[in-house]
Amino acid sequence: MTAQTEKAAPKTRPVRSLLAAAAAAVVLGSPLAVATPAQAQGWEPTKPVQFIIPAGTGGGADQMARFIQGVVAKNNLMKQPLITVNKGGGAGAEGFLEAKKAKGDPHTLIITLSNLFTTPYATGVPFSWKDMTPVAMLALDQFVLWVNASDPYKTAGEYIAAVKEAPDKSFKMGGTGSKQEDQIITVALEKLTAPKKFTYVPYSGGGTVAVQLVGKHVSSSVNNPIEAASQWKAGALRPLCIFDSKRSTYKEKVTADMGWSDIPTCKESGVDVQYQMLRGIFMGPGMTPEQVAFYVDLFKKVRATPEWEKFMEEGAFNQTFMAGDEFKTWIANNDKIHYDLMKEAGFLAPGK
Amino acid sequence: MDEISSLIGGFKVALSWYNVALMMVGIMLGVIIGVLPGLGGANGVAILLPLTFSMSPTSAIIMLSCIYWGALFGGAITSILFNIPGEPWSVATTFDGHPMAQQGRADEALTAAFTSSFVGAFVAVVMITFLAPVIAKFALQFGPAEFFAVYFLTFASFIGMGKGSPFKVIASMCLGFALGAVGMDKVTGTLRMTFGHEELLVGFDFLIAVIGLFGIGEILSSMEAGLKFQGTNAKIRLGAVLTTWGNLLKYWATSVRSCIVGCWMGITPGGATPASFMSYGLAKRFSKNSANFGKGEVEGVVAPETAAHAAGTSALLPMLTLGIPGSPTAAVLLGGLLIWGLQPGPMLFVEQKDFVWGLIASMYLGNIVGLIVVLTCVPLFAAILRIPFSIIAPVILVICAVGAYTVHNSMFDVWMMLVFGVAGYLFNKLNYPLRPLVLAIVLGDRAEESFRQALLGSQGKLNVFWANPLVGSIMALGLLLLLWPVVSWALERMKSKRPGTPVAAGE
Repeated sequence: MTAQTEKAAPKTRPVRSLLAAAAAAVVLGSPLAVATPAQAQGWEPTKPVQFIIPAGTGGGADQMARFIQGVVAKNNLMKQPLITVNKGGGAGAEGFLEAKKAKGDPHTLIITLSNLFTTPYATGVPFSWKDMTPVAMLALDQFVLWVNASDPYKTAGEYIAAVKEAPDKSFKMGGTGSKQEDQIITVALEKLTAPKKFTYVPYSGGGTVAVQLVGKHVSSSVNNPIEAASQWKAGALRPLCIFDSKRSTYKEKVTADMGWSDIPTCKESGVDVQYQMLRGIFMGPGMTPEQVAFYVDLFKKVRATPEWEKFMEEGAFNQTFMAGDEFKTWIANNDKIHYDLMKEAGFLAPGK
Repeated sequence: MDEISSLIGGFKVALSWYNVALMMVGIMLGVIIGVLPGLGGANGVAILLPLTFSMSPTSAIIMLSCIYWGALFGGAITSILFNIPGEPWSVATTFDGHPMAQQGRADEALTAAFTSSFVGAFVAVVMITFLAPVIAKFALQFGPAEFFAVYFLTFASFIGMGKGSPFKVIASMCLGFALGAVGMDKVTGTLRMTFGHEELLVGFDFLIAVIGLFGIGEILSSMEAGLKFQGTNAKIRLGAVLTTWGNLLKYWATSVRSCIVGCWMGITPGGATPASFMSYGLAKRFSKNSANFGKGEVEGVVAPETAAHAAGTSALLPMLTLGIPGSPTAAVLLGGLLIWGLQPGPMLFVEQKDFVWGLIASMYLGNIVGLIVVLTCVPLFAAILRIPFSIIAPVILVICAVGAYTVHNSMFDVWMMLVFGVAGYLFNKLNYPLRPLVLAIVLGDRAEESFRQALLGSQGKLNVFWANPLVGSIMALGLLLLLWPVVSWALERMKSKRPGTPVAAGE
């Protein structure tokens, strides 16, 4: 099947490196790649590509992965289909272990969120980003401090002051999961409310958290923009500040008088906390540069589509793109940041 | 009325030839997906989602929601014929549906299941049409304490269902809770009871347990009984649909109750699975034929199917109005909405009128089309049971194995399924009930999670479970149901004492 489709549609790209093709063929252990040297753009998938989502259905990573699957299929960006698979067990450990096992298998990709860093530290499950091959950073997901629109707080400063005034633990912060990004941000905020703390209530998904906030079952949340946007538009929630170093670049109005760019940064409001979440792509260990290059190129093409542009705007993503060494350095830094934050919060599993 | 004119507009959108054809295709695909255990509506919709990107959002959602209806219908087929629930919410259907099939009444059971599904879904759609905005607000009142109260009510309505010793029921339920607790503890974010084994990270998926306990267990039992299906005497009665319909009218009270339970659970969003269990438990409690439940009582098929579909359909309401999915399939559909550039949530009804009303109209049409499709196939499905056991058993085994593998794409699950199969067989031999175990695996961890979330929020004070009228009344209802066996026993005792007969003379 695959051989036929490839031969049926020979590309007239310049032969860049026969050696690379041969190297790829050795890694693949497949005679196919040798048989089609005209394909020597480097490397190309020869069978459907499994796209692992280390999270359940309906969440941010799931939405993004399924969206990419759709964009790739719709715009014909790859000859082989991309097949998404949810492996969210054990806070994503299930998916990451699968990626770790996919050594030398260039037909397995994984989309990551912050659980790339937090899950191994919190659970002690043996994997780390070093067990995988980084491909590219697609974007950074933002976090916004939200309160119910009927509450009196207009700025993050006012809100933090109110938490400080109130009896300990009387303010409830709703978040996704436990010992993950939402709780890490909460712990960072608690440095400013000290000695008062939040009661952190973990829920299974970001959409649920937003609705619980609308129903006033929690006092605030740090939902990603896309999870709470619709409730904001409907006037049920109010954003107080965004946990980025700069304001969002999306100027279009979401409500009658505010757009994403009108939300002040937390630092501006006197709440010096910053956090962003990686939306990146990794592969299993032991990939050749050609294989990685193919996917970097693929995701560059995905990012160039108008659909992607719209998706980014709706979720108010920070559109930073990174690949190669720059990306590796970024990951190493963030891994350290997460380790320190989690160590401080007492979230590390025994032995970590 | 605004709703009526909007709905007529919606019908105009949905009733094009192209859209009706998509409905048919969707229903067919859905039935197939529902029949295969483990594939499930959520996976089916996820796989087919990319196919719809080239369509207009309205056509796409019509096709996808029809796959969803089809899967809801299809789940009943394997439950009744082979005791293998294809979907979590079909488990309760096996309790009476499969005994009916064994008695050669598969066509009756299927007709009852399909018709009840249709009634449940239809009532829910009518409710969505007229009450959407009001009901959406009601869902907002549900916090962790209220969710726990709902799960508590489900468990309570199920207590005393087993015919055997209450200690065996408790033992079985506790085993279910223990199995349900394996894996990630969502509240503290740590792993428990995995003993360092990576395979146990994901916990025991309910589907694998059910496929093993019911499907494989059933095959083992049949093998022992002499390699034949008891359903081989299944007659193919072409008039079965009509005669069953006549009988179904008797169960109107059960239908109404199940519709209420289902709609309520779909909106809150407790989901179709608790709805089906709760409805079955209530039907057994209040039925005149409650002694016959579990032995092939039509009412035991009507109740869970009506509730599951009412819930499955009304689960789309919180998805559309609040952006929270009431079921995994709804979650995948939600992802689809985003790809088409539609933002689910409170503004969808205002900004995307065509889309919303097209979808609602397609719910009416899709269910009618679905009912016609599946009902015409009833004799065909029933005839499957006439295939000799030696041929059909290996096929079922393969379908079970594929189903178990599909859940996590893991071979380990197939072995687990076989272990569960042997356990199911032994449970039957030793007269331990399986239902409390399954119920505990399905809902145990969810109940635990909401219980702990509620206590976190109240800082450990138990009064959170009667802090407001809503949670208080659900809890009170649950306690009443829980204590009902004791109350009715006491009442009987008082009655029998009055004429002066000695107590417990019958023992």
